[in-house]
Amino acid sequence: MANKAAAEANTFPKLLIHNARVRGDKPALRHKDLGIWQIWTWSQVLEEVRAFSAGLESMGIKRGDKIAIIGANKPRLYWAICAAQALGAVPVPLYADSVADEMAYVLEHAEVTVAVAENQEQVDKILSISERVPKLTHLIYDEPRGLLDYDHSRLTWINDVIKAGRERLEDPAMRERWEKTVAEGKGGDLAIILYTSGTTGRPKGVMLTQDNVLISARNGNLFDHLGENEEVIAYLPIAWVGDHIFSFAQSYVAGFCVNCPESGETVVEDRREVGTTYAFAPPRVYENLLTLTMVRMEDAGPLMRGMFNFFIGHARKWGEKILNKEKVPLGARLIYWLGEILVYGPLKNRYGLSRIRVGYTAGEAIGPEIFKFYRSLGINLKQLYGSTEASVYITAQPDGEIYADTVGKPNIGVEVKVDDNGEVMFRSPGVFLGYYKDPEKTAETKTPDGWVKSGDAGFFDPKTGHLKIIDRAKDVGRLNDGTLLAPKYIENKLKFYPNIKEAVAYGDKRDFVAVMLNIDLVAVGSWAERNNVVYGSYQELANHPRVYEMIEKHVDEVNRSLVEEGPMAGAQIKRFLILPKELDADDGELTRTQKVRRGFIAERYNSLVNGLYDGSKEADIRTEVTFEDGRKGVIAARVKIVDMKTVPVPNAMGKAA
Amino acid sequence: MRAPSQSDIAAGEVLLAVENVSLSFGGVHAIRDVSFDIRKGEIRAIIGPNGAGKTSMLNVINGFYTPQRGKITFRGQTRSKMRPHDAAAGGIARTFQNVALFRGMSALDNIMAGRTLRMKRGLFWQMLRFGPAMKEEVEHRLRAEEIIDFLHIEHIRKVQVGRLPYGLQKRVELARALAMEPDLLLLDEPMAGMNLEEKEDMSRFILDVNQHFGTTIALIEHDMGVVMDLSDRVVVLDYGRKIADGTPEDVKQDQAVIDAYLGVAH
Repeated sequence: MANKAAAEANTFPKLLIHNARVRGDKPALRHKDLGIWQIWTWSQVLEEVRAFSAGLESMGIKRGDKIAIIGANKPRLYWAICAAQALGAVPVPLYADSVADEMAYVLEHAEVTVAVAENQEQVDKILSISERVPKLTHLIYDEPRGLLDYDHSRLTWINDVIKAGRERLEDPAMRERWEKTVAEGKGGDLAIILYTSGTTGRPKGVMLTQDNVLISARNGNLFDHLGENEEVIAYLPIAWVGDHIFSFAQSYVAGFCVNCPESGETVVEDRREVGTTYAFAPPRVYENLLTLTMVRMEDAGPLMRGMFNFFIGHARKWGEKILNKEKVPLGARLIYWLGEILVYGPLKNRYGLSRIRVGYTAGEAIGPEIFKFYRSLGINLKQLYGSTEASVYITAQPDGEIYADTVGKPNIGVEVKVDDNGEVMFRSPGVFLGYYKDPEKTAETKTPDGWVKSGDAGFFDPKTGHLKIIDRAKDVGRLNDGTLLAPKYIENKLKFYPNIKEAVAYGDKRDFVAVMLNIDLVAVGSWAERNNVVYGSYQELANHPRVYEMIEKHVDEVNRSLVEEGPMAGAQIKRFLILPKELDADDGELTRTQKVRRGFIAERYNSLVNGLYDGSKEADIRTEVTFEDGRKGVIAARVKIVDMKTVPVPNAMGKAA
Repeated sequence: MRAPSQSDIAAGEVLLAVENVSLSFGGVHAIRDVSFDIRKGEIRAIIGPNGAGKTSMLNVINGFYTPQRGKITFRGQTRSKMRPHDAAAGGIARTFQNVALFRGMSALDNIMAGRTLRMKRGLFWQMLRFGPAMKEEVEHRLRAEEIIDFLHIEHIRKVQVGRLPYGLQKRVELARALAMEPDLLLLDEPMAGMNLEEKEDMSRFILDVNQHFGTTIALIEHDMGVVMDLSDRVVVLDYGRKIADGTPEDVKQDQAVIDAYLGVAH
């Protein structure tokens, strides 16, 4: 009965009303504020969203208007999404860490009329570009600190908007009108525009309808059997489709509770207090957690370290088998059980993953070692392949079918195929309407019969039936001798070493493969401390001869593993260098989702790339850096280039066969 | 509460005045016949080269040192010497040049320690942690949490202070001083030893404290750039004497100040 009613609710505002009726007293949202978890039940959320929505209406917001939402994961910003949708307006979340210039582009392109900003920082950014966005007439802010002295003619505190809405709703006619507006909402309505950061060019506005988001969320819940008792923590950028599905859509559909952390720095602690059951994170988060653990264990006493190493070794051997419910000897089970009490349990508690049922990693490939580490502890970590254009879900690994190097099987309702050029294509109810104001790009990506080109090259693994992604389709290239080259594949292999934070590989239309690397300051810094390596700056550490020695070993191991895997044996790394500066999204070297922009980096570090290929032992670089406050500085350095001995290919079995 | 404008301050009510104060240790004259005032709601900087007597001046205001000559008027009450507990009870809080926190306690406990003067129930009740004492504790904790939120130190709330990096320790110390809800806040080199980013954060916090709580602030600082940006008025000391007093712009152009900082040929 309830399910049928839920199925009839074809928009998120309707779902909210449904949830308030069916599970009104269950917590819908928690936010840690002043050290205490504040709780809102579904009926309270409805009450707030309704008032907020009425307040927006009194400011003149109507169907089709665009409302920008900028800030961290705060309850009121999530309410803003639903409040806008209730009026038929379209929320446009922006990345909170984008610089003013990027914001100006999106605000202007989306024709935003009202922006909801988290705090002074965001308000300042918008005010600084206000003459570029004449259509933006009003700003609403959540955190009043520091904003009291600002000119309030175009600026309103969010609480005042909600209060105005509440007063407006005291009139029963207004209440009726609001309910009528919600009822007029249809599944085909535009629900949200999500701007993708894009590895090249300007961001594109992906238009998703209520149906897209809602049906995808429902299928996702079905796939993983998620119910109303899940707990998730919302800490990823709200402008990212992942957060929109996991922290908003799935919660509304299933009725589970979303927890907003106190601040970005307290997420691990807050996650531990909440005990999340369903988690979602890019590989980076898992990597950082593991690096931090390893660094701490290096500093621990010998007894602790010994215990840790023994039980982690045991888990590596048996943990995954136990998780996959395979046959395991009793002795191994007993030791694992002891390890659970002594090491795994406390560790999982530290990570806030004690109660985890399903954990996903997506966005990029995760290192097999890292992936196996978490699974060996008994954490059901799985891989997922998704995109904004698909409302996230394309493929995911079903429980019990976990392989470190695949991204799983098509999700419920999703069709996937690989075209003749090796590009992965998909079709599903979650497939986007189009790019906002860009029919040309839409036509390039989406075929008339609804298939979307993912832009990724991949293939179905004949053994498992799972999809494998090797690289971006356009990035797959060939060396001059015709050897197949997937740069990302090599980069990922390198990045799986904790000492290497970022890697950029070149080789398309060249004679050999060369890479530029970033060291990981946490891991290498801790190594330097333990080995009495003295350094004064990142640049100095990056250029240290012993760091080079260490990295050289890693590169050599990567070459060896490429040879073992056969088809890419010809694409071994011949030369490498370590960059004197960390690649940074503020300098345009990474996307906002932290993917390397290979072409841009090649231009910017042109002299280094030339050095890699002209055989010189050193190369000079001068480049501009942007600090967080927008000021610019210059980095100048002389960088060493190292030649690698390549591993001989064992008398080409491929050719002989 | 809003920070008063420049003109408000010029005409403003005097919160604290020192008149003809002299302080010497044996034959060393740390302060010689210095007078100046601090007006309500302003950020007042005390600057000068090394050994000019800045910290001594702060210690006189705070009651840590007793001057041989001169008077201190705080909120209309004149006395020849201030005692530290009178200063604290009267609403003067301070931070130290070399952080002086309880290193073995958590950041939160350090901040709660700043609330001690505001606790009304006696030791007996506090030990019981029951009824009215508990209620009071909750109120104090709320205030402490507001300050934690204000200074963005949620993530270190329960971390032992001794384990924190220096910049954060300075912030915890500021938090403890704020927990006293002072009328006058004395900051002794709040930015010493910080990097550029930490300095910028700290400047932002000082301005916010002044604006948000309306706290009057007197600060000693070496970094001239910071002083000129932050303060409403500046007093300059050199060899224990006052050599200039006025707005940052005036002081910057004062020949005596330029000579004191850059040195002159004798």
